Amino acid sequence: MIEARGIVYAAGSHRILHGVSASFAPGRLHLILGPNGAGKSTLVKVLARLLRPGAGQVLYGGADIAGQSERALAERRAVLSQAVEIAFPLWVHEVVMMGRYPHFSGRPAARDLAVVAEVMDYCDVDGLAERSYPTLSGGEKQRVNFARVLAQIWEPRPEGGRYLFLDEPLTFLDIGHQIDLMRKLRNFGAAPDVTVIGVVHDLALAARFADQLVILHQGAVLAAGTPAAVMTPETVRAAFGVEPVSMATPDGRQHLVFE
Amino acid sequence: MTARRSRTRAVLVALTAAMIAAALVSIRYGALDFSWREMASATAALLSGRTGGTLDERIFAELRVPRALLCLFVGASLGVGGTLMQALFRNPIVEPGLVGTSSGAAFGAALFFVLGSALGFEASPWALPLAACAGGVLATGLVFALVQGGPGGRASVAALLLTGLAVNALFLSGIGFLTYIARDPQARSITFWNLGTLSAANWQMVEVVGAATVAGTLLAMRYAKPLNALLIGDDEATYLGVNVGRLKWIVLAVNVGMVAIATAFTGVIGFVGLIVPHILRMIGGADNRYLIPASALLGGTLLTLADLLARVALRPAELPIGIVTSVVGVPVFLSLLRRGRYAF
Repeated sequence: MIEARGIVYAAGSHRILHGVSASFAPGRLHLILGPNGAGKSTLVKVLARLLRPGAGQVLYGGADIAGQSERALAERRAVLSQAVEIAFPLWVHEVVMMGRYPHFSGRPAARDLAVVAEVMDYCDVDGLAERSYPTLSGGEKQRVNFARVLAQIWEPRPEGGRYLFLDEPLTFLDIGHQIDLMRKLRNFGAAPDVTVIGVVHDLALAARFADQLVILHQGAVLAAGTPAAVMTPETVRAAFGVEPVSMATPDGRQHLVFE
Repeated sequence: MTARRSRTRAVLVALTAAMIAAALVSIRYGALDFSWREMASATAALLSGRTGGTLDERIFAELRVPRALLCLFVGASLGVGGTLMQALFRNPIVEPGLVGTSSGAAFGAALFFVLGSALGFEASPWALPLAACAGGVLATGLVFALVQGGPGGRASVAALLLTGLAVNALFLSGIGFLTYIARDPQARSITFWNLGTLSAANWQMVEVVGAATVAGTLLAMRYAKPLNALLIGDDEATYLGVNVGRLKWIVLAVNVGMVAIATAFTGVIGFVGLIVPHILRMIGGADNRYLIPASALLGGTLLTLADLLARVALRPAELPIGIVTSVVGVPVFLSLLRRGRYAF
């Protein structure tokens, strides 16, 4: 369970978040939507404590994260950023192994090697293990980094939850890999101790895969709840300035298109 | 996985062998050549603590051996310093000198040459190294204070390089001014110092530089893992549990300590810190757990060979080693740039 209480964040004199409050229950996939400049990435960075809010609190499992050490936080919180570029020839296997860095000192233990093998298999990147990271395509890099953040919080902890944040994880992926990633997120996030929060741009994919949606508009929460409750014509029009049209797919599910 | 690790291990073993071979060859040849047998008996004399001996034995024990060891340590410091700075700024074109350490040390030395003789405090043999070391630390500190105080508060690579360039220019003009007002012998000292030389090597220097090099390299290796995380970005490293601000200060302090102390005794030696990490990454990848010890070994080897070249190219005269490293280093660096698969 992650709670945000009255988060205010400003970059210089420019206020980005104006008192955002929201709660994110474990075992669910939460997606944050909003137009450009709404403050989505900033909110994720505050929730993951890369940025410190000017006012308000972030709580993981009821405990304020403000005073926790980087290492303690890294053992249970992982973040997939938009684009990770590396100027140096690091092997893909080592990049994924970095997800285990918070869990061992010195050399990786057998358990760390096993976790890396499992997540590389889970993310279909085991064929890339011996490749040099800078030679990968954008989509391959994204999948390798997904494997890295999963490796970081792959194992349940004796106490307390695990938290996964994703900032526009779909950017470099083709449609097949986008849907595949969403399925994996739902699958991984279904564990009762895991909370997944992602920022995405594709409203239709978000409505289809999310358990809970938060729509951010001008630095404040415009609507929050299940996709059916949130994706109303009024809300979508207010946030994005487009008209949602609901269409039934042949198997009877509702699918959104926009005009 | 195991193939890669055994490969980097093989590279480290080969580099160790190359370093020992370079040191032996460098001790053997010079204005006067030794035979292997003479080296063996002189080594035995040295190890047994027998002083005096023949002139050849004293040349061996008091000039050649400390000089070779100083080369190994200074080269190792420059190599490790280059690796640390390139990792810190995720940029393969950074060398220790680019953040002001070398030009600051040169300025400190120039100041000593001019003011020291004017004020008459040339008594201590440690005054020059201290002045150079202080200059190097000061200039690097200035660069970082300017970068950290800039917009955003973070050391972006572009801001760092440009600030380094500006501060370098400032200190170089300071050196120019000091050279201009200096009397002839002092001006010559400044010029020689800027080109680098190991001809003054003695056992005291070996002890000081050796201690700084070994301590710095061991400390750097302790931070190899967080430095790896830093290669994928400041934010990513933070998410992986690294205290990035603290890591940067520690690594910077280690680098400045090693490079400023090495430069203080030998003058400015360019290109070693730039090329060594390049070559090693092409052979064995960018993992800092391999790169840091490997750059100590290769840096020492290359500087020892450069010093050998400086001593025998025009013998019995000696070239400044900074000229050798630049003449050899520039073409190597340019060809690496053309062949390398680096994404800038």
